Amino acid sequence: MSDHEYVPKSKFGKWFNDRLPLLSLASHLTDYPTPKNLNYWWTFGGILTFCLITQIVTGLTLAMHYIAHADLAFESVEHIMRDVNYGWLIRYIHANGASMFFLAVYIHIFRSLFYGSYKSPREIIWIIGIIIYLLMMAAAFMGYVLPWGQMSFWGATVITNLFSAIPLIGEGIVNWLWGGYSVDNPTLTRFFTLHYLIPFLILGLVVLHIWALHIPGNNNPIGIDVKKPSKDTVPFHPYIVIKDAFALLMFTIVFAFFVFYSPNVLGHADNYIEANPMVTPAHIVPEWYLLPFYAILRSVPDKLMGVVAMLSAILILAALPWLDTSKIRSAVFRPLYKQFYWILLIDVLVLGYVGAMPAEGLYLLIARVATAYYFIHFLIILPVLGFKEKTIPLPFSITEPVLGGAPMASALKKKENLN
Amino acid sequence: MKNYFKITYLIILILAGTSQVNTAEKVDLLKTDWSFKGLFGKFDRGSLQRGYQVYTEVCSSCHSMKYVSYRNLFEPGGPEFSEDQAKAIAASFEVTDGPNNDGEMFVRPAKLSDKFVMPFENVKAAQVANGGAYPPDMSVLAKARSGGVDYIYSVLLGYEDPPSGVTLDDGVYYNKYMYGNNIKMSEPLSDGLVEYSDGTVASKEQMAKDVTTFLMWTAEPHLESRHRMGFKAILYLIILTILVYFSMKRIWSRIESEV
Repeated sequence: MSDHEYVPKSKFGKWFNDRLPLLSLASHLTDYPTPKNLNYWWTFGGILTFCLITQIVTGLTLAMHYIAHADLAFESVEHIMRDVNYGWLIRYIHANGASMFFLAVYIHIFRSLFYGSYKSPREIIWIIGIIIYLLMMAAAFMGYVLPWGQMSFWGATVITNLFSAIPLIGEGIVNWLWGGYSVDNPTLTRFFTLHYLIPFLILGLVVLHIWALHIPGNNNPIGIDVKKPSKDTVPFHPYIVIKDAFALLMFTIVFAFFVFYSPNVLGHADNYIEANPMVTPAHIVPEWYLLPFYAILRSVPDKLMGVVAMLSAILILAALPWLDTSKIRSAVFRPLYKQFYWILLIDVLVLGYVGAMPAEGLYLLIARVATAYYFIHFLIILPVLGFKEKTIPLPFSITEPVLGGAPMASALKKKENLN
Repeated sequence: MKNYFKITYLIILILAGTSQVNTAEKVDLLKTDWSFKGLFGKFDRGSLQRGYQVYTEVCSSCHSMKYVSYRNLFEPGGPEFSEDQAKAIAASFEVTDGPNNDGEMFVRPAKLSDKFVMPFENVKAAQVANGGAYPPDMSVLAKARSGGVDYIYSVLLGYEDPPSGVTLDDGVYYNKYMYGNNIKMSEPLSDGLVEYSDGTVASKEQMAKDVTTFLMWTAEPHLESRHRMGFKAILYLIILTILVYFSMKRIWSRIESEV
C-alpha cells in the first residue's frame, strides 16, 4: 500500500507497530498521495463518512428511547420529541440526516459518472459503492417505517407487497417478511432490528471502499493516471483534510438550516398521523430519494416486470465499468459523453418528479419515456459511444498538461471552467 | 470556490424542488402573519393562552390531545401559565386512576403530570358520537396536514354554502379548503363564541388564529428553543467555516495550485 516503509521513532512505538501496525496505517492515511487537482465534487466522500457517523450516533441515542411496538412506537416518538432532553434535536438530525446522506451520495455517484471514476482499475471501489447504496436504501426505507405513521405503514405495505410479484413463491415470501398476514407488530420489530444492523454493515463496507480506493489512489478531474508521489500529488494531510473540512462545514450549514428551520419539509405530513390499517392515504409516496426508482416501478404496467425494471435500474450501475467502453475516464475529454451525461441527470430528476405525482395521464407517459431513456443510456448509448466518439487528446500530467496543438488548448479551457 | 457555490446552488435547487413536490396539489390557503415563523420566530404568549381557551371551550369536547400534559402549560416556550394556574386547570379535570390498595379504580382530580383528559373513552365511542367520523387527535395536527397551520386556519374559516349542484348528505358540511370539500365537523367558530379575559375581541378570525397558534405549539413544543439554538448553531458554523477557509488558503499557498 505505502510506498515507503514507516518506522516509528520510539521504542514502544516500534514494539507495538511490529505487533499491530496501527501506526503504519495512520502514517499511510496522513501521507496518502492525493492528486492535487481534486475539485470540490471530491469532498463528498468525507461528507458521506460524516453522515454515516452522524446517523449511527443519533440513531443509537434514539434507540435508547424508542419502543418498537405497533401500539407504542408512535407514542414513543412523540415522547422523544416532547420529553426527552433535546430529543427533538436528535430526532430531527436523524430524520433530516437521512435526506442529507442521500443528497451527498447522489452527488458522489454523479461525480463518479462525470469523471469516469468507476473505470479500470477502480471497478471494485465502484461495485462496493453500489452495494453501500443499496443497503442505504434498505436502511432508509426501514427507518421510515419505525415512527409507525400512516406513510410508514402504507409505504411498508406497498414495498413489501412487491415481493408478491415473484411467481409461485411470492405470496409466501411476503408473509414470511411480514411475520404474519399483514404489516403488523412482527414486521415492525424485525424492521427495527435490521435498521439497527444495516448501518454497521455499511460501516464495514465503507472501510473496504476506502481500502480499495487506496490501492490505485484517487481518480481526478482530468482522469489520467498520476505518478505517486510526485509533483502531481499532495499528502492527504493537511491539504485534503483541510479542504474536506471546509466543504463539510459548508454542508453542515445547509444541514443545520433544515434541522433547525424546516425540519419537516422533506418528510410527508401523513407520517404524523398514527398508522391506521383501515384508512389508506390518498397518495402513497416514498421519501424523495427513492422517487426515481418508484417512477420506474410504476411506469411498467406489469407488476413483476415493474419490480424487475426497478431492480435492474440499480443493478445496471454495477455493470457500468463494462458497459462504458471508452478508455477515457473524464468527461472533460469526451465532448459527446458530456452531453449525454447531462441528459441522464435531467432524466433522473424528471423521474424523481413524476415519481411524486399520481401515475396517470401525462405523468405516466413521461415516466415511461424517461424510464426507457434511462436504460437506453446505459445499454446502448454508453457501449456505442466508446467506439464512435472522437475524444480530445489527454495531457501527460496534471502539472504539465500542455502538449501543444489546438485541441489541447480548448480542453484546458474546459477543464478550467469546471473547477 | 466558484465550484462550491455551484454545488450549494444545486443542493438548494433540488431541495426546493422536493419541498414543492411535497406540498403541491392544493388550493391557495388563507394566510395570516404567524409570529412563530422565521429565524427568530416565537409564540405570542397571549395568543397561546387564548388559543388554549378556545381549545378547551370549543375543540376539546370532541378532539383529544393525548400527548400533551398539564405541566406543559407552564413550561417555558409554551403558553406559560403560572404553575398555580396550570395546577388549577389540571384540577378542573377528572381522571380515573388505580387500582388502589383495595383493588378498586377511583376518580381523582388531574395533576400536572397527567396527559390532557380525552373527551371519549376510545376511538369507537368518539365515532359513534360524531356520525362515524373520528375527530383526529390534535396533539400533532399542525404537522399532520400538508399546508400545516395555514391549512388549519383556512379550514376553520372556510365554511361556505355549497355551490349550486352540490348536494351534501346529512351531517356533512361544505368547506372551501378541506380536501374533497366535505367535512363532517360543523362550523366550530362563530363571532363571540368565547369570552377572552384579556379583552381581545373574539372574532372568528382571531379565534382561528389563536387556536391554530396553540396547535402549532402542541405539535412543536420546543419550537422556540429550536429557533434560538438554530441561530447560534448556524452563526457558529459560519464563523468556523470562514476560519477554516482562511486556514485552507494558507495551507494550500505552500503549493502553487489553486483551491
